[in-house]
Amino acid sequence: MSRYLLKRLGLAVITLFLLSVIIFFAGQVLPGDPGRAILGPFASQAAVSNLDHQLGVDRPLLTQYWTWISGAVHGDLGTSYQYRSAVAPLLWSALVNSAKLAVFALILIIPLGIIGGVIAALNAGRPVDRLISLTGLSAATVPEFVAGVVVIVIFADGLKVLPSTANAAPGTAFGTQLRYLILPVVPLVFEFFGYIARMARAGTIEALESDYARTATLKGLKRRVVITRHVLRNSLLPTITVIATQIGYLLGGLVVVETLFNYHGIGLLIYTAATNKDFPMLEAGVLTIGTVYLIATLLADLLNTWLNPRLRTGVWS
Amino acid sequence: MTDILVAPVTQASAAKQLPSWRLVARRPAFIIGALILLFWIVCALFGSSFAPHDPYAQQLLAVNQPPSGAHWFGTDQLGRDVFSRVLVGARSILLVAPLATLLGTVLGTALGLALGYLGGVVDALVGRLVDAVLAVPAVIVAFLFIVAVGASAVTEIVVIGFIFTPIIARTVRSAVQVESQLDYVPSARLLGESRRWMMFSEILPNVMPTVLVEFTVRLGYAIFTVATLAFLGFGVNPSSPNWGSDIYTNYGVIGAGYWWETLFPALAIASLVIGINLVSDSIERVMSG
Amino acid sequence: MPAVESYSPDAEAPLALQIDNLDVSYRVRGHDQLALRNVSFQIGRNESYGLVGESGSGKSTVALTLTRYLPRNGKVSAGSVSINGKNPMSMGAAELRNLRAHTVSMVYQEPGKALNPSIRVGRQVAEVYEIAGLNRAQATDKAAEMLRRVQIPDPRRVMERYPHQLSGGMAQRVVIAMAIAAEPSLLILDEPTTALDATVEAEVLDLIAGLRAELDTSILFISHNLAVIAKMCDRVGVLYAGELVEEGPAQEIFRQPRHPYTVGLLRCIPRLGQRKDHGRLDSIPGFLPQPGDQITGCIFAPRCPIAEDRCREASPPPYATGPQRTSRCYRYADTADLPRNTPVDVELRTARNGEVDPVITIRELSKTFDSRGESVQALRGVDLTIERGETLGLVGESGSGKTTLARVLLGLIPPDTSTRIDLDGAQLGPDVRRRSQAQRKAMQIVFQNPDSALNRRHTVRQLISRPLTKLAGLSGAVLRERLADLVRSVRLEDRHLGLRPRQLSGGLKQRVAIARAFGGGPRIVVCDEPTSALDVSVQAAILNLLADLQAKEHVTYLFISHDLGLVRYLSDRIVVLYLGRVMEVGPAERVFSGPHHPYTEALLSAVPSLDGALKQRIRLTGEIPSAADPPAGCVFHTRCPRRLASGICESTEPPLTEVEPGHLMSCHIPIDQLTTLQTNARMP
Repeated sequence: MSRYLLKRLGLAVITLFLLSVIIFFAGQVLPGDPGRAILGPFASQAAVSNLDHQLGVDRPLLTQYWTWISGAVHGDLGTSYQYRSAVAPLLWSALVNSAKLAVFALILIIPLGIIGGVIAALNAGRPVDRLISLTGLSAATVPEFVAGVVVIVIFADGLKVLPSTANAAPGTAFGTQLRYLILPVVPLVFEFFGYIARMARAGTIEALESDYARTATLKGLKRRVVITRHVLRNSLLPTITVIATQIGYLLGGLVVVETLFNYHGIGLLIYTAATNKDFPMLEAGVLTIGTVYLIATLLADLLNTWLNPRLRTGVWS
Repeated sequence: MTDILVAPVTQASAAKQLPSWRLVARRPAFIIGALILLFWIVCALFGSSFAPHDPYAQQLLAVNQPPSGAHWFGTDQLGRDVFSRVLVGARSILLVAPLATLLGTVLGTALGLALGYLGGVVDALVGRLVDAVLAVPAVIVAFLFIVAVGASAVTEIVVIGFIFTPIIARTVRSAVQVESQLDYVPSARLLGESRRWMMFSEILPNVMPTVLVEFTVRLGYAIFTVATLAFLGFGVNPSSPNWGSDIYTNYGVIGAGYWWETLFPALAIASLVIGINLVSDSIERVMSG
Repeated sequence: MPAVESYSPDAEAPLALQIDNLDVSYRVRGHDQLALRNVSFQIGRNESYGLVGESGSGKSTVALTLTRYLPRNGKVSAGSVSINGKNPMSMGAAELRNLRAHTVSMVYQEPGKALNPSIRVGRQVAEVYEIAGLNRAQATDKAAEMLRRVQIPDPRRVMERYPHQLSGGMAQRVVIAMAIAAEPSLLILDEPTTALDATVEAEVLDLIAGLRAELDTSILFISHNLAVIAKMCDRVGVLYAGELVEEGPAQEIFRQPRHPYTVGLLRCIPRLGQRKDHGRLDSIPGFLPQPGDQITGCIFAPRCPIAEDRCREASPPPYATGPQRTSRCYRYADTADLPRNTPVDVELRTARNGEVDPVITIRELSKTFDSRGESVQALRGVDLTIERGETLGLVGESGSGKTTLARVLLGLIPPDTSTRIDLDGAQLGPDVRRRSQAQRKAMQIVFQNPDSALNRRHTVRQLISRPLTKLAGLSGAVLRERLADLVRSVRLEDRHLGLRPRQLSGGLKQRVAIARAFGGGPRIVVCDEPTSALDVSVQAAILNLLADLQAKEHVTYLFISHDLGLVRYLSDRIVVLYLGRVMEVGPAERVFSGPHHPYTEALLSAVPSLDGALKQRIRLTGEIPSAADPPAGCVFHTRCPRRLASGICESTEPPLTEVEPGHLMSCHIPIDQLTTLQTNARMP
């Protein structure tokens, strides 16, 4: 098992490395001279070249990459063009904000999705099942900003019960902060609860139709016991891996939701960095998101391996 | 067969078959979805003929009017009739999304076939590459490209198509690996069939049901992505009617109470997307029996 | 061994099972399809009743109905069921649970799947006791006790394992333990040993027979294997397409069947050491009725050689054909002389004239698989020749390496580098892709499962034409002619050409596979369990076809099977493999009648025979060892009942030596000693 762990870790590191290379070199492709971007179109060429030299963009690419990546590992992610200050602290506070939003969303999505999926499976074919499945499906493909707009119009403008921006003033109580986050969370929940419900449903149906469920029922156990003791632990295993991959999409959704609600999270940061051609911020932001996703999938893999007896113990004869 | 056979039920007989179109067409979900799709396609093609106002015409004296008899959905910040813009706004989405999905499906299937059947070192390497790229959310990758290259229909089609390629390739690859376990693969190899024959004449036909489902599912995501990009300001041409761009232009004034300028385009997007998904869900359900 | 005692029900106690005029139907696409028609039978206390049938017979439906576990679209549309005097169909939830917990228990076909993969085995067995009211500690103790009773060594350790860590045989013992822990009045076994190896199957069947003697349990034994039923059951009922066509004491039914279907079925199986030179196996013409077909008259009439008009008009009632025997046939008295479907006489080519003419020579064939850091030696040092024109039977249980051998021979799996395989004297490359077209043309295979072996998206025409174009290089009119010829020789029809595999029955599919194998004009055809996935009644037709094709096209067969009866019927010579090593090679008759390798001896005695010949059961101890960790010395020594006291069997691997002309064995026991031991064992 530890061999598998090491192998998995190694793969993750390689992927991360590849990601950093792709991001860096992709950044080089984006047009725009950093010096020009900072000084503006009216500065003289000499001043631009000077600044470029100071920024180090005229050095060989590999050197630039190395500087960047070694800095990143130490926590120094360069200087933002927009804000003229270090990227890392800005990125960190944005990440924390996004984390609050994401965690809040996940706390709602995961139980809702699993319970919804299991209920749908237990009533497979009946109206409850169709309702849950179709709701999940439809909600999932409506873009976040659409759902966001709809809830803003209804709850913020119409009923005026919730604020239409997500930023509470710094220092407000936790409860109030949550209140600000309610509307932004809704599109995220809509987006992801459907897919999780679907996986939970499929897994539960498969477990219900399995031979071991038949054995358990024919032993004379109550249906409730068959489900809780025998079915669920097998049906929810595949759902765990799925949750991790959904985190990737969730991060993408954050961009839209944060923009719509003007929430200072990492999504908004990346968006503004892109539109303002702030390359250090942009590269650092994308790298961070990628890293978060890879960590999430790694953890999910490990969790899956630990929980699944077949993977945990290997096959003896 | 209603009885449980002694003969083992193999993966082959339990595998997906191409759907019987008659069965699909009978499902109410499919009918509703198809109708919605049809409606928007017709609007995209012929909307200008029956729109009450010119979607481009700005009436600076009638900006931000709430819904009324003259303007069923009100007017936006430039005095344009929202209803007419919504009617015609499907155009660019319905142009870009299917083409992008088609591109992604063709490339993704070819890549998935190659990786799944040939395997080996190339598969491992490309796998890492794909993992790395997929670590960044599609929307972000898309708008980064558009920032770099500029927004146009072709760019969007190419970018979204390329983003979908690894996702579809992954699914096709798994399906191909499952097929490769069946005995008809070595049976063909024993005849000395070429690699190309193996992939395209033996395996591909059996993987088509999966490809079909992927196409319809990705189409929904393509629409989603195009609309999202437009919302973020990366739409093709902000002045031409485009649901996402219209929301981008007008969501700043939601706070002022001008809800109709964003709500109706938003509902239009929702309906199109739901329509596609009802269709793809019906197909998938019929196929898995 | 079931004694053929007369069946005298205890008049006071209720019957373990009573089924009267039972109709069970499934709702498919809006129509009700009958799966069981008018089925009636009884099982008395302590009686063992066998239900025999092929696919589509409805035998599993019986099991599901009794435990009230029909799928949502199934229902009892007529008749009644009574278990121990109570009707499960009319029970409430609590009473039903009680019935399942204490009165009826079931053992299933695939033991691995019947156990929950995420719960330790011990807990699952203990659960049965907890339902009966014991607390956890008591239940665990009793579970350990029960596992010991089903002959699982070291029960406490096994209880800590998960199901995937158990072998098939051990998993089935666990399931049996769970079933009898409840002390049921009725034990239902649905194909309990079908998925197990022959020697393991024998152990499990002995276990069941032994337990039956100790417990006060009636048994309903469901199987397609007539020999197993003959061994395990007092009485038997024959199911065909949902109807019970014949019923009676097992020995009598099998010795003197009185229904055309039963007669036909028994003729499909090689009996009493029957060989291909002695006559053809018979087959039953026609097809099973499709589910949902409306049947008037006798359900077997369309396929019956002695059917008359009255048979087609009204369904025959059960006639008494003897004490406690019935048969649903108007002409039951005429069944003894039932005309055959396939003529007995066969002009087979005379067997090879004894000259040694190897077409394939295999030397030092080894194949090691590396998975997850472990290396598993599937084959080791196999030396073999295949003579031109012969049928070489390859026999072995799981882990023997027989499938690997076939695949290496064909070039689908690369062997270890020490291997050398020659075809007609020229070396064969390890990869089929790099072999010459002529070499590819020379060797083909018929796979076990036609569902997997035929590309389901291709038509029959495409499937059969492909080897004609690729290997035989034909085209145009010549191609069409050869195609028609081939179709005829596998007894297919032109109308099949446009169909896809999904639209054909199992037997027809396998014919397509055979046509595809023969299309290129091969000289050697590997038959890898070609009939194992087919019903018994269809099996014979395929085997006859293979024999005919061999005569016509002069091909050599490598016939791989786990079914010793079939191997004995078809093969000229036999190879016995165990854990990747050759145990014995020799002429079929010599290998079967002896003297033979102790493993062969055990294998032969493990196979139940319809003819009830009382052989001394050679009991093998323990499980088949893992190929990843094979025993030292002779790999068979851990289970060999004839292990030499000197210890040589544990230390040294015996070489393959010729003990008689043409007969080689890998055993330390000198041949004359072996002969004496084995002849003595056979005497009563």
